Formats: sequence, structure tokens, C-alpha cells
Amino acid sequence: MSLMSEVGQKAFNLGIPIAVHMDVTYRCNERCVHCYLDHDDHGEMTTAEIKDVLDQLAEAGVFFLTFSGGEVFMRRDFFEIVEHARRLMFNVKIKTNAVMIHEEEARRIRELDIDTIQISIYSHRPEVHDAITKLPHSLERTVRSIRFLREQGLRVTIANVMMTVNSSDHTGVQKLAAELGAHYTLDPTITPMMDGDTSVLSLRIPGEELPDIFHNPALVANQEEFCAPPKPPSEEDLEGYSCSAGHSFCYISPYGDVFPCVQFPLPTGNVRQQKFLDIWNLSPQLKEVRSIQAKDLTVCSSCSHVTSCSRCPGLAYMEGSMRGPSTADCEKSFYRTGVPTANMQRLGLSKPRSTSGLSAPLIQIQPIAVPA
Amino acid sequence: MPENCIYIARSSTIAARALAGEMMIMNSADSTFFTLNEVATAIFQAADGRTPLREIVRDRICEQFDVDPEQAQADAEQFVTELSGHGILLVSNQPLAPEAPR
Repeated sequence: MSLMSEVGQKAFNLGIPIAVHMDVTYRCNERCVHCYLDHDDHGEMTTAEIKDVLDQLAEAGVFFLTFSGGEVFMRRDFFEIVEHARRLMFNVKIKTNAVMIHEEEARRIRELDIDTIQISIYSHRPEVHDAITKLPHSLERTVRSIRFLREQGLRVTIANVMMTVNSSDHTGVQKLAAELGAHYTLDPTITPMMDGDTSVLSLRIPGEELPDIFHNPALVANQEEFCAPPKPPSEEDLEGYSCSAGHSFCYISPYGDVFPCVQFPLPTGNVRQQKFLDIWNLSPQLKEVRSIQAKDLTVCSSCSHVTSCSRCPGLAYMEGSMRGPSTADCEKSFYRTGVPTANMQRLGLSKPRSTSGLSAPLIQIQPIAVPA
Repeated sequence: MPENCIYIARSSTIAARALAGEMMIMNSADSTFFTLNEVATAIFQAADGRTPLREIVRDRICEQFDVDPEQAQADAEQFVTELSGHGILLVSNQPLAPEAPR
């Protein structure tokens, strides 16, 4: 186990929120076809409010802090926020489309000793990338910004969300990343919109195409192990928990709402009404999330994939139950290994029901009402 | 450099946080990750740039931990040299101003 994993496990065991993802705005200068956010401003936290939350997070033991959005640079005070975070000695990562980063911004990011800048690129072809972002010349501008960041010696990760409209472009994006000296990651996850609209799920890669991704050694490093049939779970495995959401990680929205994860829209409290640590320690919702062990999962506890599945409790929650299966992850487990999941067997399916047309009732993210 | 004139300050380029009494440190320049034990954490937390290392060892280490003072001073100097080599601590024979983010 690496030192980083050991520390993560220690934080998990102690219930310390070692990592937080904070969206500072949902406003954005792009209109990506797959985006799950409502880009209107419904009352973002002020600079002073965010600084106060950062003070509280430092006090609570948060070390890894990711700023995201929306587009973080839509906030004119973004550097002031990052400067405050760095003064509090957080390890800071930024997720951005980079369109608004020029030489001056790149220099400032380097001066603030930001750990990594993660930037979304959907295709190496401008006509495809720009059609996804709906911002003309966005690929050209993003690539130029990455060059500015790299000239400053900064670490850049190119995140390539894979969907139906760019499914053949990952090799081109990978080459572009190599040319720019950036790390490359690929993610086929598309999330329902915050208002419950599932139409964006039609952009998900059809399950039948997933094996080509999972069995591609250029995309999956330890492919043999990754695609191996699941091992039967031990009793100890069944005592285990899903992921760090709510255990050592949480998400804070631009309106101060606290959730177990950015992909887990279970409201647990609002930092405009309560201290962060009171929410973290006392929220009944977080306590419930933390209580769920593999043996408690309604379908997955009897599934052979239970220990190796990427089952996301947030996606399961959005499908109706945080203890239930996440159909998208069932699909991935099946197409990764060829072994049917318990959820498929329960439904009498020989292959997973397509998640691109998912019609399960969805729980919507609603900002928590804050008294004026 | 005379040992009683060593001043240490935390570098502004690092990220750091205590986890159950032990300090986690990440150097953003090369993403190296460290954890410090309780004694090293006490020295790191006292590295304000103004307090001589000898005083830190006497007041923070020998007071709180059951250690031989001379051995503690030697260990502290070695530790400070190592962390300085990783860009985590700044070392000088003059008091140092604590670094703010640039």
C-alpha cells in the first residue's frame, strides 16, 4: 500500500474529511451537451463566505481541495479564493476548461503552487470539440492555454469524457495530451442533469462498445487484472464500504449545500446555516451513508462483482436507493469481465439493460432553502 | 553554521495538514508526499522563522517527549537538513519571515 493510500485509509477509519470538492460557481462560458448543471446563479456564496468555509475546512482536517464549477474563472474573485486556500496550506487542484487562462493567469497559478490543473478536452478535432462545448474556437483556446500552463512547468491533466459523439477520438486526444506534456484520463460516465432530466444519458457509450475500451491496453494499464473474472467475496469484504463519499470526502456546492459527493445529491446540510463540522459529524444523512456496508446492499451483496465493481452509491441513489445497484456500474462490470451481475440475473437479462435510455425515477438536486 | 543560530520556517510552496497528530506534507513542485511522526510534526509546527531550533528542541521536544537533549538536537538538525533538501523547510542563521503565498 502506498503512503498516500495509507493516509487515505487512516482518514477513512477516523472519519476525517481529508478531501473536499468545492464548486465555486455553476456559471460557465461553455454549454457542453452532456453537462448536468443549471448554469444560472441562484445565489452563490460570497468571497467572505467561501473564505470562512475554507477556514472551517482547514480546521476540520481537509488537506486535498478541488475547486471546480461551472467554470471557476467566471468568478472574478477566484484567485483571491485560491490565495486564501493556499495560505491555509491546502493541496489545491483546479478543474477548468482553461479558455480564460492566458499567460498572466498561468503565471499566477504557478505562483500559488497549485498541484494540478484538470482540463476537459473532448476531441482533437475542433469541429467535434467545439460542437460539444458549443463555444466556437474553444479547442484552439483551450490548447493555447494548456501551452501557457505547461510553459510555467505546471502539471496538467486532460480529462476526456467519452460519449457517443466523440467515441472514436480518444486516440487523437491521447496523442494531443502527449504532445502537450499532459497526463491523460478517459471517463465514459455521463450523469443525469440536476433537474432530473435524463435526456443527456442518450450520450452514454452503448454498453456493447465498452469492451473495446476496457480491453484496450492503450487505455487500461493493468488490463488483464482489470478484466479478470471477479473473486468470490470474503466475509471481510462484505464488512467493507463502497467508497470514500461521506466517510473522508464530501462536496460543497456554490450555494453552500453539503453532499457526500459531487455525484451523490443527498442533501446533508448547508454551511450558511450550520458549521461545516456540525454537518460532517451530526448529519443523519451522512451517518446513514457511513453505516452502509457491502453486506447491506439489497442486490449487490449477493453479486460476485461486489468487491471489484465500481458501484457508485450516488448513482444508485439517483436510481432510487443508495443501497441498490447502480445500473451503469452493473453494465461496466459485465462488459469488463463478461460475468453477469446479480442485478441482471434478478431481472432475467442476458445482457444489461441499456443505461443510455434509463427511465428509473431520479432524485433531483435541489438547493436547500436558506432563510433570508 | 553554529547550531544555536539555526532558524527554520515552513516553505510557502508546500501543502500541509495534521492528521491525528501526524503532519501530511505535499510538495507541489514534484508531488512528493511525506508524513511526519509526532516529534517531527512538533518541530514543523514550531518552525515560525523566529524561534531558534535549539529553543524548539528544548521547549517543544524535550518537554513533551522522553528524549535525551543532545540526541534530540542532533536528530532535529538532521531532520531539518533533510526537509530543507526537499524544499519543505527554509533554514537560515538569521530569523526568517514566515512565507505567505506568493
